Amino acid sequence: MAGLHNSEFSNPVVRWIDQRMPVFTMMQKEYGTFPTPRNFNYFWNFGALAMINLMIMIATGIFLAMNYTAHTSLAFDSVERIMRDVNYGWLIRYVHMNGASMFFIVVLVHIWRGMYYGSYKAPRELLWILGVTIYLLMMATAFMGYVLPWGQMSFWGATVITNLFSAIPLVGNSIVTLLWGGFSVDNPTLNRFFSLHYLLPFVITGVVFLHVAALHITGSNNPLGIEPKGPQDTLPFHPYYTSKDSVGIVVYLIVFAALVFFVPNYLGHPDNYIPANPLSTPAHIVPEWYFLPFYAILRAVPDKLMGVLAMFGSIAILFVLPWLDNSPVRSMRFRPIARWLFLLWTVNFFVLMWAGGKPAEGTYVLIARLSTAYYFAYFLVILPLLGRVERPLPLPESISRPVLRGGGPLPAGAMAKPMEKA
Amino acid sequence: MALRLMKQAALAAVLGLGLAGGAMAAEGEVHLPDTKFSFEGVFGTYNRGELQRGFQIYKEVCSACHSMHLLSYRNLRDIGLNADEVAGVAASVQIQDGPNDNGEMFERPGRASDRFRSPFANAASARAANNGALPPDLSVITKARAGGADYIHALLVGYEEPPAGVTVMEGMHYNKYFAGHQIAMAPPLTQDGQLTFADGTNATVDRMAHDVSAFLTWAAEPELESRRAMGVRVILFLAILGGITYAVKRKIWADVH
Amino acid sequence: MADTLAPSSSPHGTGDQHPPADGTKRDFLKLVAGSFAAVGVGAIVWPFIASMNPAKDVLALASTDVDITHVAEGQAVTVMWRGKPVFVRHRTAKEIEEAKAVNVSELRDPQTDQARVQREPWLVVVGICTHLGCVPLGQKPTDPRGEFGGWFCPCHGSAYDTAGRIRRGPAPLNLAVPEYAFRSDTQIRIG
Repeated sequence: MAGLHNSEFSNPVVRWIDQRMPVFTMMQKEYGTFPTPRNFNYFWNFGALAMINLMIMIATGIFLAMNYTAHTSLAFDSVERIMRDVNYGWLIRYVHMNGASMFFIVVLVHIWRGMYYGSYKAPRELLWILGVTIYLLMMATAFMGYVLPWGQMSFWGATVITNLFSAIPLVGNSIVTLLWGGFSVDNPTLNRFFSLHYLLPFVITGVVFLHVAALHITGSNNPLGIEPKGPQDTLPFHPYYTSKDSVGIVVYLIVFAALVFFVPNYLGHPDNYIPANPLSTPAHIVPEWYFLPFYAILRAVPDKLMGVLAMFGSIAILFVLPWLDNSPVRSMRFRPIARWLFLLWTVNFFVLMWAGGKPAEGTYVLIARLSTAYYFAYFLVILPLLGRVERPLPLPESISRPVLRGGGPLPAGAMAKPMEKA
Repeated sequence: MALRLMKQAALAAVLGLGLAGGAMAAEGEVHLPDTKFSFEGVFGTYNRGELQRGFQIYKEVCSACHSMHLLSYRNLRDIGLNADEVAGVAASVQIQDGPNDNGEMFERPGRASDRFRSPFANAASARAANNGALPPDLSVITKARAGGADYIHALLVGYEEPPAGVTVMEGMHYNKYFAGHQIAMAPPLTQDGQLTFADGTNATVDRMAHDVSAFLTWAAEPELESRRAMGVRVILFLAILGGITYAVKRKIWADVH
Repeated sequence: MADTLAPSSSPHGTGDQHPPADGTKRDFLKLVAGSFAAVGVGAIVWPFIASMNPAKDVLALASTDVDITHVAEGQAVTVMWRGKPVFVRHRTAKEIEEAKAVNVSELRDPQTDQARVQREPWLVVVGICTHLGCVPLGQKPTDPRGEFGGWFCPCHGSAYDTAGRIRRGPAPLNLAVPEYAFRSDTQIRIG
């Protein structure tokens, strides 16, 4: 028959579908037999965890939306109705609320893995860029989602962050008015945030699809940072990594459950259980924890516009990381100096997070500024310098060499360029 | 190798989170006395006697100024009142309903399905009756204050004479635990025996403060007990599933390692 | 570049080449793991579905009280119950007689008058035509009541009698009698 895919499945129903739309062949290829480096450690679980988390957020979000009302006079009460009257409403709400935090924890570890093992380097630059795009979309989604319960932090966080855009010269105030749909954060703002908050996760899903597609062109990186040379270096994704990911998923669910069932409001702020009051500003406006490092950077710069640029710049700089870090060695396992400076950057990230939660006074300001300086210096000064100056440790010949006892005969050409595929 | 890296990364994370965790604690406030509540801890539960006494305190003392508009009378079944008692509590208040066929609003006795009656029709009238201060709605107050039930309890027993050199403004009262130390609310629990508990418990100020804090916690988190019970079951299930999943993973990977 | 790697031809393949003893043990373990996971998935799906069932505040409004003090003989009131109209008619003696005199076996939906009322003078029926859901006329004194003195549905001409039973027209069933109870002589609780 003309144009039908040559399906290899025996089940007649599966075969019929597959001939006309080879989804089963695709699944078999991309998640079944796909050759995956055999030496992944558990840091490689976090991409799968992020995907699971996205699905959980969409599912809980859709069911919350069945009972939520996006109007300033009804929003807070509708959320409380969900908590009290809707069957399992409290569960769906707490899962969604803590799921946002879990999403950022998982994605930050996932990004950290990419930075440590050089997964952003050629040929995976676009994969990395798509990932940073997902991170940005997540932040926009989370920001708008936090406004929806219409608590004090919802309202004032929205006010502070939307006001940032007024720093843009000439058109700033017009942009802010456009965002607000009025002269302050009010009902039009809440309504549009609800609409966009519902939309963006599906945009994220699309970009995730592109992210995985890009990954499947280049293949995964691995802890050694050297490309697989042949089948002795890889394993089929199923059952090896499906089983390993399952372990990771269960551990992730345990952490998630501990939060949801025992300390559901630990990562939140009590002020958001106070209904929004435009006439009363909370003593300390604090964003959710996952925004704190960027909040610290924003406040570290005394000038309003420069602070905004620094904050957005701190994410924008991630986009160009593949070109800032010009070391020929991917994995920091073999970069003794870079490794320590990167671990310092990691600690520094937490320092920024801590500083972001403190009032912008006294010593906190100095600490935030020093941390901001190191954050940018790492990307703009240290990495480019190290690329030229650092002497890396010798790379192993191949993935299977150090892993398999006794190893096997090396395919020809394996020694010459361990970083590249045979 | 990966283990060492994981240890280093974990150390960095703990260090960072330890610092960040400090951010969660209350800033610049007097240290809250830690009151023992039955619902504290992973396996804590509510004490229905406390909840009922706490409701009595809310009804007889607090509801004069504070609304709890997110609760319905039918919710009182959860603290141990039976259907008739709930109907009785509801019927003892007049709820506005309408419009009737003449287009007028009217008052009728409350029903179990009604929300708790608010003492004031709106925020403006509440302020007018309270020197411009708005008595906050108490439905989720223990979630809306750092320290939760401990804070509410401390606040209620924390009224004292201002220390030397501190002038209390007109209409305000000195409170040790309130932010800024000056609160518009006059001490609501002033003396032992201020009200008589239905179950005969001795109504000391501390007891009343304790019980009403417990009641307010229940009001904010009625799902607490079933949430934790579910959590125990879920984590137990996941632990077993984790063990099995790990065993399967090891089996599959046995020929690789 | 990924194409140069042959899929799954590693000598350590999928591990199914092990002797049967290990294989069955592994299969059993996989079966246990799979069943546990299936239970887990079910436990996850259930709260979502349950959340779509009526919430507690909706269930609390499942009953409506009707004050019948001022409903004189021959009069009727319409009350809202669970979002639907309910007709409460205080029947005249004549209406009761007519209802009881009907030959039940000739009815499309055979029901005696006694089976449809708790106290003869009071008829409580859901005011939704069992054909396609319109609200029949007959509550107001000026409304047409149809051939049988009960209610008349203007949408497709169903006519109900003084016991709310379908007599003519396309409706298949009598007007539904909801669960109700007399709390007193002056109050009916519906639902």
